Order: sequence, then structure tokens, then C-alpha cells
Amino acid sequence: MIHFVLLISRQGKVRLTKWYSPYSQKERSKVIRELSGMILTRGPKLSNFVEWRGFKVVYKRYASLYFCMCINQEDNELEILEIIHHFVEILDRYFGSVCELDLIFNFHKAYYILDEILIAGELQESSKKTVARLVSAQDSLVDAAKEEANSISNIIAQATK
Amino acid sequence: MGSQGGFGQSKEFLDLVKSIGEARSKSEEDRIVLHEIEMLKRRINEPDIPKRKMKEYIIRLVYIEMLGHDASFGYIHAVKMTHDDSLLLKRTGYLAVTLFLNEDHDLIILIVNTIQKDLKSDNYLVVCAALNAVCKLINEETIPAVIQQVVELLGHPKEGVRKKAVMALHSFYQRSPSSVNHLVSSFQKKLCDNDPGVMGATLFPLYDLITIDVNLYKDLVVSFVNILKQVAERRLPKSYDYHQTPAPFIQIKLLKILALLGSGDKRSSEHMYTVIGDIMRKSDTTSNIGNAILYECICCISSIQSSPKLLETAADAIAKFLKSDSHNLKYMGIDALGRLIRLSPEIAEQHQLAVIDCLEDPDDTLKRKTFELLYKMTKSSNVEVIVDRMIDYMISINDSHYKTETASRCVELAEQFAPSNHWFIQTMNKVFQHAGDLVNPKVAHNLMRLIAEGFGEDDDTADSQLRSSAVESYLQIVDQPKLPSAFLQVICWVLGEYGTADGKYSASYISGKLCDAAEAHSDDDIVKAYAVTALMKVYSFEKAAGRKFNLLPECQSLLEELSASHSSDLQQRAYEFQAILDLDANAIENIMPLDASCEDIEIDKSLSFLDSYVHKSLEEGAEPYIPEHERSGTLSISNMGNQNQYDTSSHSLRFEAYEVPKPVIPIGIPAPISYPTELVPLPEPSYQRDVQPIASLGPVSDAGSTGLKLRLDGVQKKWGKPTYSSAASSSTSNSDSHRTTVSGATQPDTVVSKSRESSSYDSSSRRQPHVEVSEEKQKLAASLFGGTSSRSEKKQSGGTAAGGGGHSKVSRVSNHTEEKVRPTTTVVQPPPPDLLDLAEPTGTMSSSSSVIDPFKQLEGLLDMSEDGITATPSNGPDLMSLYSENGQNLNQNTILNEKDDPSSENTTKRTASLTKGPSLKDALNKDALVRQMGVNPTSQNPNLFSDLLG
Repeated sequence: MIHFVLLISRQGKVRLTKWYSPYSQKERSKVIRELSGMILTRGPKLSNFVEWRGFKVVYKRYASLYFCMCINQEDNELEILEIIHHFVEILDRYFGSVCELDLIFNFHKAYYILDEILIAGELQESSKKTVARLVSAQDSLVDAAKEEANSISNIIAQATK
Repeated sequence: MGSQGGFGQSKEFLDLVKSIGEARSKSEEDRIVLHEIEMLKRRINEPDIPKRKMKEYIIRLVYIEMLGHDASFGYIHAVKMTHDDSLLLKRTGYLAVTLFLNEDHDLIILIVNTIQKDLKSDNYLVVCAALNAVCKLINEETIPAVIQQVVELLGHPKEGVRKKAVMALHSFYQRSPSSVNHLVSSFQKKLCDNDPGVMGATLFPLYDLITIDVNLYKDLVVSFVNILKQVAERRLPKSYDYHQTPAPFIQIKLLKILALLGSGDKRSSEHMYTVIGDIMRKSDTTSNIGNAILYECICCISSIQSSPKLLETAADAIAKFLKSDSHNLKYMGIDALGRLIRLSPEIAEQHQLAVIDCLEDPDDTLKRKTFELLYKMTKSSNVEVIVDRMIDYMISINDSHYKTETASRCVELAEQFAPSNHWFIQTMNKVFQHAGDLVNPKVAHNLMRLIAEGFGEDDDTADSQLRSSAVESYLQIVDQPKLPSAFLQVICWVLGEYGTADGKYSASYISGKLCDAAEAHSDDDIVKAYAVTALMKVYSFEKAAGRKFNLLPECQSLLEELSASHSSDLQQRAYEFQAILDLDANAIENIMPLDASCEDIEIDKSLSFLDSYVHKSLEEGAEPYIPEHERSGTLSISNMGNQNQYDTSSHSLRFEAYEVPKPVIPIGIPAPISYPTELVPLPEPSYQRDVQPIASLGPVSDAGSTGLKLRLDGVQKKWGKPTYSSAASSSTSNSDSHRTTVSGATQPDTVVSKSRESSSYDSSSRRQPHVEVSEEKQKLAASLFGGTSSRSEKKQSGGTAAGGGGHSKVSRVSNHTEEKVRPTTTVVQPPPPDLLDLAEPTGTMSSSSSVIDPFKQLEGLLDMSEDGITATPSNGPDLMSLYSENGQNLNQNTILNEKDDPSSENTTKRTASLTKGPSLKDALNKDALVRQMGVNPTSQNPNLFSDLLG
């Protein structure tokens, strides 16, 4: 099971956090501090895993962003590495060559996408196509709602003229 | 889609994100966020906020929370937002609450109703949003409120809903395993769902259920094997392929399930042989995902009742992992080796050099994993080398979690396989010095017991040698500064018990050391207590042996200090000490017999020796004793103090009975001084330690057990604390005080120790100096893997030694048995060709593209964009050229990537993304927009623009 997902920049800034196991706000900050200290300092040639408090943290660096997932001892690290890649590929498909800036400003969208990939700390969907379909269905709905809102506000604007 | 529409928020919010992005320090960031929190607090409570505005506020709260600040003031607004009718707002609300609230938060109760309503919605997106929330927020108590609806959703026409419903049930299992027990048949039905996504999701709850009771699901073995076969034969839709591998994540989950089902079941396992063999043969060892499946196959093989052929395949796969250049694969290889070694211990030998390389690897993760492997393959022939290495490593790590683990592993291995007493003591000393405060207190207890009882052989000389060597080593260690408390406790106890036993050291020398130890750790009451008790023993033994001695001045002053101590326990010990010094040799010999710590103590629970006294008192008119639980007046322990302080008349029964002996003991003056022969009542020390009982000598004085009560009263009054005496403590004291002829120390329960000082006691097992690398490695290899030994060799004496008494044996067994079931091995000395063979680098895996570091790949790319962006912020043509440059770089990258990604689909996708109009345009648009907003990154964050995938 995945206990949490962290996206940390090379400077140690938090870009996204998602907690599947209960952690208090205090613990969260501590976890982030500890892990960024451990992971950001690791050399490029080393393995993508670190053992931490009896768990294992699998991380992978994409450009200047580190994707980290914390898993149980008995989980398959290589699989998690591919789940990270799966997530990044879907982000890439969604944003069109995703870069860190996309995630900074659209963190809520990244959350929606993550919610379609992972649920309750497990991979719920391994088909990129299905994820893309669901996310776009939600987006189109949002767009529709926006148009509606715009047209209503237009009507109101015209009426109040 | 794309990000062009992504900046749907207000300028204000974008400014916030930007300023945080540019913050140069954590404190600056905190200041900005605190300011934002202040502002949001004000605004969010304004009346009539437009919904869209509110939505943005909620997202800003999410942002604040993500950055590690407390946004709890806005939780309620997020909860309210989930009630909204518009899906857009509802979705934001659900997102926020799933991020904000843990399953035990009070606000959850306000959401359950909404969730129930939304689960019934016609719009499947609403249902999906609600199910997402269900997975995170529904706790054990609220499961019954929604489970029925969730189960109904298993039949929903939309596969996305079915899948999420299944996952929600999986999350219910995690919270309350019994809640989904009855749903087995539903899950089985879902296993045949048309949609592979739903089928894949169903594996999670089934895995859960199978973990609870494997036997109920044996009939599913064939179905699982069939599914796995179909998946491996690419029967699933293409969209489930991942880098040319058919539905790897589903394969892995299925393999995990099969591993559970086949464990210890030959018949079930036989069904699996073919499919596992096929998958292993077909798996693509050049891609990461292929190796992930391969690893899972090995795990499965090591769990089920495997055929020799499969074991061989697994061993081959492990060999490939270990020979790989990738640290990831080496790590997996070591892990897999650790699993397989239980089944076929001989495979470790083929890989000895690879293992040793991993042991010396700079990558700490890999090193740790290798130690785990060594731990699993320890036997008495290699225990010295392995434990030595582990201790060296333990000293070097700072992480207390792993230090603890390594320390306890060292202890465990040492206890189990110790080749000699001397080595064992030295090893334990090292462990205690460096990690004493971290290891289980039981370990210290065991060590004391071991020294006291010897190794269980009927060989007194060996035992006394063991003790002498322990005493000798402790005398050297005890002066070191910063010893961990628990270690000092062991030292004090051993010095007290055996310091003068072999006549090598004089009592004054030992007691000097003990006084020093007590003085050096004046803030540690437990150590002082041990020290003073040890002193008492040393002097008692001297006096009992009829030798003349003088109390050292420092000992005298220590006693004076302690008799005025705030700790009642220390005070007690000091007075006991002084009392004992006044006794004659004969009495002392009875109280403190030499080396009697292992003798059984007989406890006369009925206190029969008091009969005459009780009888006499009754004759004199005292009221008979009524057991505490039969007394009506006394309510609880805490009442005691009050009773004492106020009046006794209301509880006449209790207090009249005690009045008779009152004048016998003056209140406030502890008994042992004035009445050395009476029972010494023992206050229960706060840290659960058995205190040295002093036996009653001769006829019981007329103080008896009633005196005990009174004295406690006196103690209470002295400190004005009513909490002191309790029924429990007095009854314990009773039984304690009636032990007869007890030597010192029944062993303390809690003892631990630690120190940073590295020990100068190299055990004889130290390895040879580094002469030549390969030779040294080979030697190490030989000492680790070589030598014939068998499981049955497992040190028997060690078992009985630390075990000693029956009850501790039990604890030991429970500690150590589980993982120690290794089959008997007949290890052959590795043939030299093997070593040579392994030393040669094998290139099979070196080209594995899965190890290409994305960072390296991007390096050139980053430089480009960095220069371009920082140099000319608003120059159109330059930007164009920048991006085309990027494009070229990307092109090269793609060529690189094609190795692991040769699918036409993927390549076209990638090339498309290079040449595709939208991408370039998108990028420019994005860039322009960002500039508009004024958020183009400064030099501090130059690579925000680089594509994550390169």
C-alpha cells in the first residue's frame, strides 16, 4: 500500500502531497523535512529506494522534480517506480509536455488526476486511456458549467445595463 | 486539454503562488503563508461570498495546507461546499475534504449524509467524486451507513463507478476487516467483469480476504491462474499494455495472490508452475517493468511449494539482477536472494562476491539490504564475521530506527550462535556501548542472567571465567564518560555480584569504581540505586568472609547524600546499607549469600511465620484482620491519603486494627536503623524494579505487617504526598519482605545501555587487515559463505544459557524461533573458478535502458532552456530558436528512449509531441501567459520549464 505521495522540487519545495494513511499536520511536516533531507542529497547513480522508519520510499527524479512514494516493506519497489512513471506519463499527456510550472499552478488538477490513478493507496487504473477519458469527462463538465455561468452572468450584466 | 486554460484563478492567487515560488527561505515562505492565512480567515467569513470566489478560497486553503500550515479554520467551508448542487463546486469540496480530513475527524459526520445522497446520484461523475471521498473519509463507525449503497454500486453501468466501488470496499477492509467478509461472492462475480479495470481492482479486496484465511479460497486458484495466463497472453485490451508489457500491474497483483494461495500447498502450487514459468521466460529483462514482474515471480516461487525447475529459473533471474549495473536491480537481487536462500541455501555461494560488493557499496540502501541478507544467512560458522560487520555498521548509522533494529539483530545472532562466552560478552559490550539505550531492556536482563548462570554447562570454572572476564572488561569500561544508563546498570550489578568473587580485585578497588560511577551519573537515580546496592553487596561479602575493611570516604559521603535523597528508593537503599553494616558476619551471610542470584526464592504467601504474633495480638484484644476486598469502608487507593490526613473515625475498622503497634515505630524514622531485625517494608519503586529484599531474621519483631502500614503513613506525611501507598504496593511489599535468605538482586527488569565511545576490546574475531582487495574479499567470502555447518549446529548451550529459568526460556523462544527455520545445509567450499567467473563483469544487463537517469538525459536540455529564458525574456525569435533547439535535443532523447520504448504508438506520440504544432504553440502560449502574470522564473528556479519527461 502507498502511504503517501510527495512531489518535491530540487530546492526542497513541496509541490504536491497526498496522504493515504493518517498523519497529523505536524507529522507531515516532519516527514517532508526528513525525506527531502534524505532524498535530495542522494547521488544520481544510487538506487531509487530509501528505507525509512520501517517503510520504503521509492523516488524518481524528473527534471527538477522528485516524485516520492512511501510503501510497505513487502511491496515491490520496481512496480512503484513504474506507477510513478505511469502518473508522470498521464500528466504529460494531460498537460502536453508537462513541466514543473504546470504542476505549481494547477496543483488541484494534478490532484484530480492522481485521484483517478491511485485510490486508498493502491493503483486503481493502469490504463492511461481510461484515466484520460475520466479526467476529460470531468473537465468537459466543468467547462460546461463555466459557460453556463458566463452566459448567466452575461444575461445578468445585460439585464442590469 | 492542456494547460492553456489552467490559470483559471484570480491574479491574487497566482501572485501568491508566485511569491511563494520566489521565496528564498523557509521563513520568508512562512511569512507569506501566514499573511495569506490571516487574509483568508477574514474573507472566508464574510457574508454572501459568490460561489466561484469561495471555490477559489477553498483551493487556496488546499494550497496552504499542502505547504504544511494549518488551514483548519476553513474546513467547515469545504464541508459545506460538498453540499452544493453544482458538480464543479461539489468536486472541489470533496477534493478539499479528502485532503484536509483524516478518517477520525469530527466533521466527517457532516459529510456522511451528503455522501449517501451523492452515491444515489444519476450523474456518474457525482458518484465517482463521492466514492473518492468514501475511500478516504469513511471510518469504522460510518461504514455501516454507506456499505449497502457501495455494494449496490458494484452493478453500476459505468465501469469507472464499479471500479471505485470495489476500491471503496477494499478501503473498508483496511479499516475494519470484518465489514467486507460477507461480500466474497460479489467480489468473485466482479472478477469476471467485462472491464479489465474493474477486474484488476477486484484483486485488492480479494487479496485482503485471502490474507485473512487462505483455505477458504483454494478453489479460486484455477481461476486466478487462468486470468494470469490470459493477461500474459495479451488477451486484455491494448490500452492496458504498459511499455509493451501486457497489464503488468494486474500480473503483479495476481502473482501476489498466487503466492499466498500456494504457500505450503503442493496441489495448488502445481497449478501455477506452467504460468509462472511462461511469464518468467517471456518477461522483458531490459525494461524496468519486466524486471518488476520477474521479481514478483521470484517472490511467488519462494512462497509456494516450488518445483526444482522453477527454483533454477528464479536463481538465474537473481543472478541477472545481481550482475546488473543498476543499483535498483542489485537491490532487488539481494532481496530476492534473501527470499530464496531459505529454500536453497547453496545459491548464495554463487553470488558471494556480488553480495560482498553490495556490502561495500556507497549506497546505504543497498548496504542495509545486504545486511538483512547476511542476517538471514548467519550460522555459527560465520557469526563472528557477520556480527562484527553489523556492529561496525551500527556504529556508523545515526538513524535511531535502524540502529535499534541492527542492535537487536546483533544481540539475537550473538545469543543464538555465540562461539564462546568471551566473544559473547565482548559483543554485547559493544552493542550496549553504542546502542544501549535503543535495545530492548530484556536484552540487558538476559545478559545479567547469562553472566549469573553461565552457559548452562555444569562447569563451574567456565562460569567463573566468564564472570571474571566480564568483571575485567567492565572495570575498564566503567570509567568512560557518557555510558548509557542501562549498560551502567549491568556493570554495577555484575561488579557488585562478582567484582570480588575471584579475589583479583580488592573490595576497596571495586567500591571505588562503583562510587565513581554513582558520582559521575548523579542525575540518574536508577544507576545510583544499582551502584549503592552493588556497594552493599561488596561490603557484605567482605564482612561475611570475616575480612576487615573500612568504608571508603567517598562511599560514606555517597551514603550520606542518598539517605537525604528525594527518591524514596535511594533513601531506602542507603538506610538498608547502613543497617546491614551494623550486623554481625553471620547475619550478613544469611542476608547476602555469595552468588545466590540464581537461586529460587520461596515465598511464603500465607505469612505463616507471623501466626504467633497475630495470635498474640488477637489475645490482647486486637480486631481480626479483614482482607482489603472485604472491607466496606475503603474505596480506593487514592482515598488513603485523605483518610490519614483527616480522621480515622469514619473508617474505624481499618484504623483501629493498626493502632496497637503504633508506638513501636516512631513515625518518620525508617525502620531499618532502629529495628534492624524487623521486616523491611519495600516501597514499590516507580520503575518496576525488584528491590533487594532483606530477609527477616529470627523471630519476627512485634512490628510485623502492621508496622509496615504505619511506616508508609510516616513516609507519606513526610513528603505530604498521598499517592504513595497503595493496596497493591503494600501487598507486594508483604510478599517481598517475606522472602527468606535471598542474596542480592533479583534481577531488574529494565536495563539498557549505550555509549558513543568505541570499545578498545577487539574481539579475537576481528578480520585481517586489508592486504589486497580481492584477496580480502575472497577471504570474507569464504568466512561468510564457506565452511561446513548445519542448522543443527545452532548453539544449544546458547539457548539454555540465556534462557536459564523456565519462563525466560519461553520468552527467548518466542523471540527467536520464527525466522530461524532454515533447512540443513551442506555447504561446499566454493570452487575458485566460480570466484573468477563472478569477478568478470558481465555485460548482459549493462545496457539496460531502465537505468538511464532522467537527470542525465535532461542535463543538456536544461542548460539550453536556462540560458534562453534568463537571457531574453521577451524576445520572440530567440524563444523560437530555443524551442527548436529543445526539439532537437528531445529528438535525440527519443532515440535514446526508443530502446526501451520501441512501440510505434509511443514513438509516434513522442515525435508528435516534438513536432506537433500544439506543443510548441502551447509552450509559447504558456510561457507568454506566465510572463503576463509576471511569474517567469528567475535564476533561482531555472528549470521549472523543462518537461518532466524530457
